[in-house]
Amino acid sequence: MSINATLFIQLIVFFIGAMITMKFIWPPLIGALEERQKKIADGLAAGERGKQDLLAAEKRAQEADRAARDRAQEILAQSEKRAAAVIEEAKVAAKAEADRISAAAKAEVEQEVQRARQALREQVAALAVAGAERILKREVDAKAHAAMLADLKQEL
Amino acid sequence: MSAADHHYAPNATEYIVHHLAHWQTEKQKSIVDFSIINIDTLFFSLLCLGLTLWLLRSAAKRATSGVPTKFQAAIEILVEMVEDQSKSIVHGNRAFIAPLALTVFVWIVMMNAIDLIPVDLLPKIAALLGYYGAGLNAHDVYLRPLPTADLNGTLGMSLGVLLLMLYYGVKIKGLGGFIHELFCAPFGSNPLLWPANFLLNLIEYLAKMVSLGMRLFGNMYAGELLFFLIALMGGYAAMNATGIMLAAAHVLAGTAWLLFHILIVLLQAFIFMMLTLVYIGQAHEGH
Repeated sequence: MSINATLFIQLIVFFIGAMITMKFIWPPLIGALEERQKKIADGLAAGERGKQDLLAAEKRAQEADRAARDRAQEILAQSEKRAAAVIEEAKVAAKAEADRISAAAKAEVEQEVQRARQALREQVAALAVAGAERILKREVDAKAHAAMLADLKQEL
Repeated sequence: MSAADHHYAPNATEYIVHHLAHWQTEKQKSIVDFSIINIDTLFFSLLCLGLTLWLLRSAAKRATSGVPTKFQAAIEILVEMVEDQSKSIVHGNRAFIAPLALTVFVWIVMMNAIDLIPVDLLPKIAALLGYYGAGLNAHDVYLRPLPTADLNGTLGMSLGVLLLMLYYGVKIKGLGGFIHELFCAPFGSNPLLWPANFLLNLIEYLAKMVSLGMRLFGNMYAGELLFFLIALMGGYAAMNATGIMLAAAHVLAGTAWLLFHILIVLLQAFIFMMLTLVYIGQAHEGH
């Protein structure tokens, strides 16, 4: 419990120790701490940004999904409409074709009837002529009685 | 004790007086004598400072902002603790103050921790070295390895804090402002009050310095003394009932005090550091 010059030497040692710490120890340690703090802050910010980006991307994906679905729906509706139109068209065309075919058939039948009627007429005329020949017992000159025969044919 | 001998069988009083004597350049007679140096105090405080600086430096050299090693993390905890404390207490440039606080804390922990070494180990080694190296009698070899149980050691540091308080007071407030505050605070600037103000400020500065040094010294001195007393119980151990009980009491009390002393070692270092910061912080602020 006595005071001596140790006191002043200890005082000098005290300052030397503090100065060495200030020069060589404190700056690298506090620098590393601050740098790591910044790194962590940056990392957290990047994470937050990533989360935001992910949310935005998810939203975009949802929108794209919905758009695609709408488009598909639209295409489906269109194609259905188109199919109905095609069927309708085909129906109309088929009906027209059927009409045409039946008209042609009718015309042909008519023609055939005409032709048969003509043939019949001629045969009847021939029969009439033959009958007349038999009645008259002589040959009828076809040329001389052509006009009369034609008349007859007309009347049949 | 006729011939040189490394065995020394003192009685209880002699034992404690011997343990409380410093290894000095010269035997000190008066209470204050600035021609004498305590070699043991300086040796161990320099050793501890060297150890402290080496420890911190080896962490500083390997400091990275990446993933820290466990050692680096441990040192960083200290640095961050000191940084946080100094930031909240001292408002101003802390380029010197924060490193100072870190040094003071780790250094005092190291010095205080010497108290945890068995009290007779280092003096015994010194006695053997003195006997075999220099032919000295064991009772002529003195060693008090605990620098913080030497008033010179602690007052040396608190004197440093006082100088820093004055330095920062002048630096922050200017010489005129500092002197104005010495005479005009805390009572007022009436010239009649100048002596009272000045006296109070003088006492305040002195009290801060002395209490700072005395607090650490007192705690460590008391701790050291208690270890001596506990060691004395073991010294009286013998193969009889009392002797065995004394030995058992030594083990029990020694363990209990050692464990409790770990707290004191750290707490006193922390208090010294905090008060250093508080006093320097006060020097930064006007009344």
